[in-house]
Parts: sequence; structure tokens; C-alpha cells
Amino acid sequence: MSFSYVRDHMVEPRPAPVNTAGPIAWARRNLFATPSDSLMTILAIVLLIWAIPPIYGFVAPNFLGGDAVPPGGIVEECRLETAGACWAYISARMSFFIYGFYPAEEYWRPNLVFALGALLIVPLLIPRVPFKRTNAILFFVVYPVICFYLLNGGVLGMRPVPTEQWGGLLVTLIISLVGIICSIPIGILLALGRQSKLPIIKTLCVMFIELWRAVPLITVLFMASVMLPLFMPQGTTVDKLLRALVGVTLFSSAYLAEVVRGGLQALPRGQYEAASSLGLSYWKSMWFIILPQALKHVIPGIVNSFIALFKDTSLVSIVGIFDLLNTVQAASSDIEWSSPTQAITGYLFAGMVFWVFCFAMSRYSIWMERRLDTGHKG
Amino acid sequence: MAVQDNLAAPPRTAFYNDPVIRGIIYQIVVAGLVVAFLAWIIFNTAQNLAAQNKSTGFGFLFETSGFGISFTLIPFDRSSYYWQAFVVGLLNTLLVAVIGIVFATMLGFVLGVARLSSNWLIARFATVYVEVIRNIPLLLQLFFWYFAVLKAMPAVRQSFELPLSIFVNQRGIIVPRPLPDAEIFWVVVAAAAALVGAIALVVWATRVRTRTGHYPVSVAQGSRFAGAIVAFLVGYLAISMLGSVVPAVSAVSFLPLIGALVLAGLSLTKYGFYGRVFIGTAIGWAVADFLLSGMFGWLPRGVIVLGAALIALGVAWTMLTSDRRPAATEGKFPLALPILIVVAIPALVYWLTGASLAFEIPVLERFNFAGGLQLVPEMVALVVGLTIYTAAFIAENVRSGIQAVSKGQTEAASSLGLREGDRLRLVVVPQAMRVIIPPLTSQYLNLTKNSSLGAAIGYPELVNVFMGTTLNQTGKAIEVIAITMLVYLTLSLTTSAFMNWYNARVALVER
Amino acid sequence: MSDMSSHSAEERTVNTSQMKVSDTEVAIDVVGMHKWYGDFHVLRDIDLKVMRGERIVIAGPSGSGKSTLIRCMNRLEEHQQGQIIVNGVELTADLKRIDEVRREVGMVFQHFNLFPHLTILQNLTLAPIWVRGIPQAEAEATAMHYLERVKIPEQANKFPGQLSGGQQQRVAIARSLCMQPKIMLFDEPTSALDPEMVKEVLEVMISLAEEGMTMLCVTHEMGFARQVANRVIFMDQGQIIEQNDPETFFSNPQHERTKLFLSQILH
Ligand SMILES: Nc1ncnc2c1ncn2[C@@H]1O[C@H](COP(=O)(O)OP(=O)(O)O)[C@@H](O)[C@H]1O
Ligand SMILES: [Mg+2]
Repeated sequence: MSFSYVRDHMVEPRPAPVNTAGPIAWARRNLFATPSDSLMTILAIVLLIWAIPPIYGFVAPNFLGGDAVPPGGIVEECRLETAGACWAYISARMSFFIYGFYPAEEYWRPNLVFALGALLIVPLLIPRVPFKRTNAILFFVVYPVICFYLLNGGVLGMRPVPTEQWGGLLVTLIISLVGIICSIPIGILLALGRQSKLPIIKTLCVMFIELWRAVPLITVLFMASVMLPLFMPQGTTVDKLLRALVGVTLFSSAYLAEVVRGGLQALPRGQYEAASSLGLSYWKSMWFIILPQALKHVIPGIVNSFIALFKDTSLVSIVGIFDLLNTVQAASSDIEWSSPTQAITGYLFAGMVFWVFCFAMSRYSIWMERRLDTGHKG
Repeated sequence: MAVQDNLAAPPRTAFYNDPVIRGIIYQIVVAGLVVAFLAWIIFNTAQNLAAQNKSTGFGFLFETSGFGISFTLIPFDRSSYYWQAFVVGLLNTLLVAVIGIVFATMLGFVLGVARLSSNWLIARFATVYVEVIRNIPLLLQLFFWYFAVLKAMPAVRQSFELPLSIFVNQRGIIVPRPLPDAEIFWVVVAAAAALVGAIALVVWATRVRTRTGHYPVSVAQGSRFAGAIVAFLVGYLAISMLGSVVPAVSAVSFLPLIGALVLAGLSLTKYGFYGRVFIGTAIGWAVADFLLSGMFGWLPRGVIVLGAALIALGVAWTMLTSDRRPAATEGKFPLALPILIVVAIPALVYWLTGASLAFEIPVLERFNFAGGLQLVPEMVALVVGLTIYTAAFIAENVRSGIQAVSKGQTEAASSLGLREGDRLRLVVVPQAMRVIIPPLTSQYLNLTKNSSLGAAIGYPELVNVFMGTTLNQTGKAIEVIAITMLVYLTLSLTTSAFMNWYNARVALVER
Repeated sequence: MSDMSSHSAEERTVNTSQMKVSDTEVAIDVVGMHKWYGDFHVLRDIDLKVMRGERIVIAGPSGSGKSTLIRCMNRLEEHQQGQIIVNGVELTADLKRIDEVRREVGMVFQHFNLFPHLTILQNLTLAPIWVRGIPQAEAEATAMHYLERVKIPEQANKFPGQLSGGQQQRVAIARSLCMQPKIMLFDEPTSALDPEMVKEVLEVMISLAEEGMTMLCVTHEMGFARQVANRVIFMDQGQIIEQNDPETFFSNPQHERTKLFLSQILH
């Protein structure tokens, strides 16, 4: 037949014509594919040309061609009409932003807390490192106790430092870490309760979860700071920081319960059936079979809750606790460093600190999610 | 041994090993503990209150408040009652929530679509926005907008003046205050009726198009004339705007009129498209010129006009080369008629009833502005902060909603010959919206809850007025906190009821 | 592929009398066509002339570019060199021409791609109403006609999710037919189906062929190729290696790669 055909030599692959590969083709495909694309690209470039130089000028220190006063500079420079961000102010007040009113000669104690925390949490987050269980117990149980005694003092000849003096990034980290550490077990119990077949337990858990999820954190904090003292037996005083911690924990355990419930629901029914067919009691099958699997799957969800909690800790400034945001806010009315850009520099700094933490954690959670999705069994 | 007995009766289990009984015991224990805990708390509270000589009850709501509120939607002064303070706070919360939801939705949808744009720069832009904004605490952003931006505005005497007599200073934004007279009521009624009518017209025309294959003749013809009128009005505007760039145009006073007549005539012929290209280019030129001279004021005038002209050329090129194929059977949707209805009917009523809408222009006096409407900086900062923050989350919902519609759906629609607009309208958007709406609703709820942060920058919303001032003055902690929480609980439960209903309604039917 | 024998066992006789191939009218003409994905040369020097009424089966190992080739024919993918002329219209970036081609070319996908939010009937009438401007009643009558042809008129008011895979694929075929296309493209229409459903879909395709539809099918159903195709094309590494009538193609393959491929799929 006429169409009968056999190829006699194979065509070797050729590089794509210039109009489909290389930077020009890339630009044509990604920036100028259609007329309206080109128009938007041009407008975006105009916007960038307009916005980038002043922003750069504002934040870049003068040795990089900007107008900002670099760390270590003097306040008079910041007061110049043309001055950009006053990084000198940040570097001068850095210890306030990190430790709050913690006595300077005792800084080694929070530093030790930071170092210990880093030492324990890094291996916990890397899936390959062994001894997860020991590590987790150290971090979730032993570490908080050590931290408390280190920071609070009063033992081993360490001078007592009341919580009113704690502040800055230290308090931000304490609140978010304690919040998450305490709310994980409560959240798990609530999630199990919500899954339970026992009507009273289920109703109680649902009510608890839905109540805290429905109201804004700020009302919870107000409640904790105003009502908690009323709830306690007469004569008890409740530490201000502790009140905030209680509020934060109640709030975040409700959210964690929902995260854990997602993990429990994602487990195939077969796991539950297999566990009970082995004759394990409810608690044993939860502890040995169900929870280990469910919790591994909700690690990204827990990290995301932690990010939300970390951002939300900034609200404790409203009930008068000196977290990072509140120290920045307080320092911005510091006369010694008063300059036109003082406040905005403080917010930029705080924003960058929060951003670095949250962005890093969100990348971690995405990475973990991919890992779990592709079915690594670690 | 006991095996034989099994056939006759189930083996007796110790009652504490029977799962049912065990469950009941568990529940009794838990319930008992909870009740005991509550009782303990109540007892403590009662003792504490007694020791402080405080009473409980909601009677305080009907006492006069004795404080003023800086921003209220209903009349309120020191002689008003506490329940009125509650209403003021609630209304202020709802006000920022509604405004924030509207703006955040618009910004969020634009950003979400932009994140998926095939234009690399635009997609990058949206990604950076989302990643920066959602990783910084909202409260910090509010502080930034309030203390670093709005409070850093010039003092009253050096207010920035924006177009349309809008002034910006430390005390907020001052805009002209509309002063409607009684007849305006009818204009508003007419506008609402026109909107409803226009929507009904669109629905009806679409139905007819589906049923018969073409739009109703009356609508199609009406639309042609509406198109001409719209072309006249917009053309007039375009040529007038062009005068700001090309001085020669404004030199001839009757040019806009003549030009607009020509454009209107043109729109009735088959060359109407070129008229629209002209209008688009002219407006694009004028707007670009305005923006560029605002952004790059230090450049020579000639450069700016030239830059604006380049952008206008881009607009023209875009319009000329974009999709303007005649449809297979029928013209485009006759959009001009509904637009004209919405604009012209209220205008006509305005003219017929002799209604007048004056504006009270703010005037700078010795110490402050007289007249005008003052938008307090607290509210502006709160709305701006909530909008920008929530938009980042909405953008993510929109992006994942669109991505949830598989590429195969678009390909199938394309291979059937459906065009871009129809593909989106009939296939992609309906499916994406099912995925987007549930998380969108919870973002709305989050925004409403987050509006409570307004308390931190002094915006008198519910938490500020009620949990703040009222609680401080009356000391009725339990009552005030309970009422406030109840409000949010109600909002939240209503929202989740809606979501359940919606999910049940749109759930795709599966085997 | 392994199901091939089971189908050929119960082959029904195919009525070839109407399956006339025009010798003058060209349906699709591909001339010296190349396509790249970035730097990857996916289709190389494709020359293919499809006459009106031809039934062509395209076979080849996975990744050889079969899907890409037929997706170029209704411009779901764009090519970078050479020409593709469909029903006398050359495919370029011009949207107007793309529309014109897509209206006359139906396509059936491996994963059906029915619109899950619309009922079966709405799936079928969507394009006729919005692309061709056919009155709804008429479009629905046509849709019912084609649903009867694919033997599932009773499913008209269900949603795609309620149907079996085989039923969904038959709906997808009917959906394309409702646009009354001149050419049908099939991209592995049966590979996502359970074995017992393959037959019902193939039967619909056979009856289409009997009516003289111009068809391009990417498929590994060799029984179907033997029965209906008038030409089999074998592709590898983005190029057409060999083409012939099915008889010769299966009994006497020429190229080494073809032999290897056939030996693998026929054991
Ligand atoms: N969108 C794409 N981008 C990059 N490469 C692709 C894309 N689609 C397909 N390919 C590659 O092109 C080759 C041919 O793909 P395809 O036409 O789907 O093969 P077949 O259908 O023959 O199995 C494969 O190597 C595949 O990996
Ligand atoms: Mg394929």
C-alpha cells in the first residue's frame, strides 16, 4: 500500500530552536507570552523600579549605599532628616529585646536554656537521628523542668528571678513552647474523647473544643487574666505569666485536638480492627498501635499549629506581658534613642525575627509533608 | 469443660469487664470529676466575690455608662447605658469585619489567581506577598500600620491633600461627607431596583440563549443602542482625560462632544471594535500618565508622557491582538444593556425627582478640619491590616481550589471547542468554588475574630468597649466575659451550620 | 495487552462495507513536524497524511510520544516546527483557527475527564449549546440519541461519579459525538478500565468505525487494531518507525524495534 513505510535511520535529538529554549525563549514564554502578559510584565517592572530603590535606601546601611545607620552607630546620625532605618538602636537595645528585664549578670541562664533547647530540638526534627523516644521525653518532660529552675532560680545558689523580669524573645519562645508542649497531651485526649463512643465523654470534648475554637485568643487571655484568680481558692495568687500560659494552652489544645483527630481519621479502619483483634485493651491499642502512626502523620499539622501559636503569642502583650513585640513596642518610646525612624525600625526588626522563625518552620512542615506523602517509613 | 456451657448461655463476665458497664462507669467518673471541678470553681468564685463585696447579675447593663466612645454608628454618650455600649462595640466589630471581608476577598482572589499566573513575574510577586504576610503576626502588622504609618502622618496643619478633597493626617483620613436630601431615598431605591432588574435580565437572556440558541432579539438590539450610549459617555470621558496628556485636545472645547458622537456612531458599525481600542488607549494613556507622574515626579515631563504613551500602546496592542473572534453562532453576551440599566435608571430618577447629593468639603481651620467625614486612624489601620493579612490566606485557598480542578477538565473542555471564557465560567469556576467556599468561610470567621485585635490599637470594637472599658468600670468580669464569648460563639456556630449545609448541598455524588 | 486474546476470541464480524477511505480528501496532514518540551526533543520529523475515513492505530512503548502527537492535532500541545493541517486549516497560534479545528475534532481521554459537577445529560449538551448555539431541546434530543448509541440512556440524569469506568468512557465518547466531529482522536481509551469493561468501549469504537468516522487511536488493543484499523503506526523515541496495514504489520514487521515491541506485547 502507498502508506507502507519503514524508517531507515533514526533522527537524533536536536537542540530546540532558539525560539523554544534558552533565556530569550524563557522570557518569551514566561514574561511576554501574550500581549496582556507583556503589559503586566511592563507594569510590574515599572512598579519594581519605583519601589525597590527607596526600600533599599531605607534598610541598607550606609556602607552598602543605603541611608540606614548601621549597628553600632550613634543616635545623632539617626536623627538626621535623610536617615533611613536606625539599626544602631536595635543593636543597642538587643539584650532588652532578647531577655526583657532579666538581670544582665544572669544572662548565662537564658543562654543555657536556648543552647539546651537547640541541642534537644534539632535531633528531634531530623527523622534520621535515632533515640527518638528518649529525645522526645527529654525535650517534652525533662527540658521544661530544667528551664523553669534555671530561669526562676532559687535553687543551687542561683539567685531568684521573678517572672515579671522575664521578657523579650525569651518569653515569646517560652509561651509558645510551653503552650505546645502542654497542649499536645491535652489535645490527644480531647481528640480521643471526640472519637469515643461514650456519649457523655464525647459531648464534653466537643463542647470544650468548639468553645475555644469559636472565640478569639484575646478573649481567652482576658478571661485567664481576670477570671483565673477568681476561680482559685481565696488567697492564692496566680502568676501573670502562668495565667497567660493557661489561656494559651486551653486555646491551642482545642486546635491541636482537631489536628490529631485528622490523623486518627486518616488511619485505615484495618489498623483499629487489627489492634483489637490482637486482644489489646483500648488504651494499649491506642498507645502501641494507633497513636504512634497517627501522630507521625500529623507532624506537619502540629508544626503548623505551632507556627500559628508562635504568631499568636504576640497577643500576650495586651495583658501586659513583655514578649518580643511588647519589648519592641515599649522601647519605641525610649527618649534616648528617639528618632523619626525609631518605631518603624523596631517593627521591621520584630517582623524579621518572627518571619525567620515562622518561615523556617513552615518550610520544615512542607518538607515533612512531602516525606510522609512519598511513603518513607522511618 | 466450660466449652459445653457456651452453647447454652454466654459466659458470665465479671460486671467490671463488661464493655458497656465499663463505659458507663467511665462516664460517671468523668462527669463526676467535671461537676466537682465546676463546683469547686463556683465555690471559690463565690467566696472571692463575697470577700471583695461584689455582686453578680446582669443589672449593670441598664446602668449609665459614664464614658464616651470615639467612634460610634449609633448615638452614644456618657449618659447611655452599658447595653448600648455593647451594641456600639458589636456594630463596630461587624463594620470592620464586613469592610475587611469585602476587600480581603477581592485582594485574595486576585493574588490567588496571580500565584498561578503563567507570567513568572506576577506569580513571583504573589508568592512573595503570601510568604511574607502570613509569617508575621497580625498584631505586629497592626502596630506597624497604626504607629509607624498612620501616626507618622503629618500633623493636621501639614495634611497631605489627595484628589477629591481627601486629606490624610495624624488624625486619620478626612473625606467629603455626603449630604443626601430626602429625594435621594428614591434614587437609592431606583438603583437597587435597577440592579435587581439588570441581574434578572442577564439571567433571562442566558436562559433564552440556552433554550433557543440565541439571545432574545429585543435584548440584542437594546444592547446595540445601549452600547452606542455607553460608547458616547465613555468616549466623552476618554477624550476629556486625554486633554491632560495632550494639551491640544483640551484647547478645542467641543472636541470631546464631537469625538464621542463619532465613537457612538462607530460602535453601531462593524468597526466598533476600533473605537473601543481608541477609548482604551486614551484612558490607558491618561491613567498611566497620572500614575507615572505620581511615582516618578522627578523625571522630566517629556519622559513621563513618553512612558505613558508606551504603556498606552501596550494597551492598544493587547486589545487589538486579543480574542475578538466572532462566536460560532451568536454575538457576545449583550452586556451593554444591563450596564446601562444600572447606571442610567438611578441617574434618570436623580434628575426627575430633583434630588441633590451635595458633599460637605472638609476645610482646614485653625486647629482642625471643619466638615467632612473623619475616618479614624484606628479603623483605617485595622481594616488595612485585616485585609492584607487575611488576603494572604484567602489567596492560598483560592490557589489550591483552582489547582484542585485537574488539567484534564480544562483539556476536555478545550477539546470540545469551548473558549477560554466559557471554559472558566462553565467548567473550572463551578468546580473550584466548591473547594474554595468552605475554607473561605472560615477565613471570614477568622477575620471577624481577629478584628478583636483592634482593641490593641484603640479601635472601639466589642472586646475593647465591653471586655475593656465596661469590665474595668463595673468589675463584672464573669458576666462581661460570658456575654462577649457568647457573641463569638454564636457567630462561629452560625458559620459552621452554613458550612455543613453548603457541603451537604454541593457534595459531588460518588458511587 | 494481555486481554487481547480474550477479546479476539469473541470478535464479532465487522462490517467493512461502509469503511471507505477517500483517496483524495485529506483529513489531517502533518508535514515535517517537530516538538520540544523545553530542551527535550519529544517529536522528531513527523510526516503523516490521514485520509478521510481512515482508522489509524498508533502503538509504541510508553513515553514514545504517542499522546503528544495526537494532542498536537487539536492543539492541546503546540509544535515548534513543521505544519499540521486539520480539515484544511493549518494550526498556528491563531485562536480562531484553533477553535475552528477543535469544533470538528473530538477527543477521548484515558481518564475520561467528564465534568463531575454536571449530570451526564449536561455533560453532553454543554458544548453543543455554548459552542454551536444549538437550542437546548434539540441538543438534549441529540444527546439522548448518542446515549442510546452507547447503550446507557437510562443514566442521563446521574452524575459521572455514579457510573462505572466503562460507562463513563462511553459517555465521554458520546459527549464528543454530540459535537458531530469529522475526526475522532482516542488516547488509550481503555487502559484505565477493568478488563470486563474494555469490551463495551471497544464495541462503541468499532461501530463508529463502521460508520466511516475518521479515527486516530492510541491503543494497545491489538485485536481492535487487526479488526478495524486500515493502518497501524509504530512510534518510538518520538518518531514514526514503521507503518503498514495491520495484516502486514503484525505478520511481517520490518524494523528491529517493531519486532521487539510486538514480541513483547504478544509474548
Ligand atoms: N508536559 C510535559 N513536559 C515535559 N515532558 C513531557 C510532558 N508531557 C510528556 N512529556 C514527556 O514526553 C515524552 C512523551 O510523552 P507521551 O506523549 O505522553 O508518551 P506516550 O503517550 O507515548 O506514553 C515522555 O518522555 C514524557 O516524559
Ligand atoms: Mg500516553
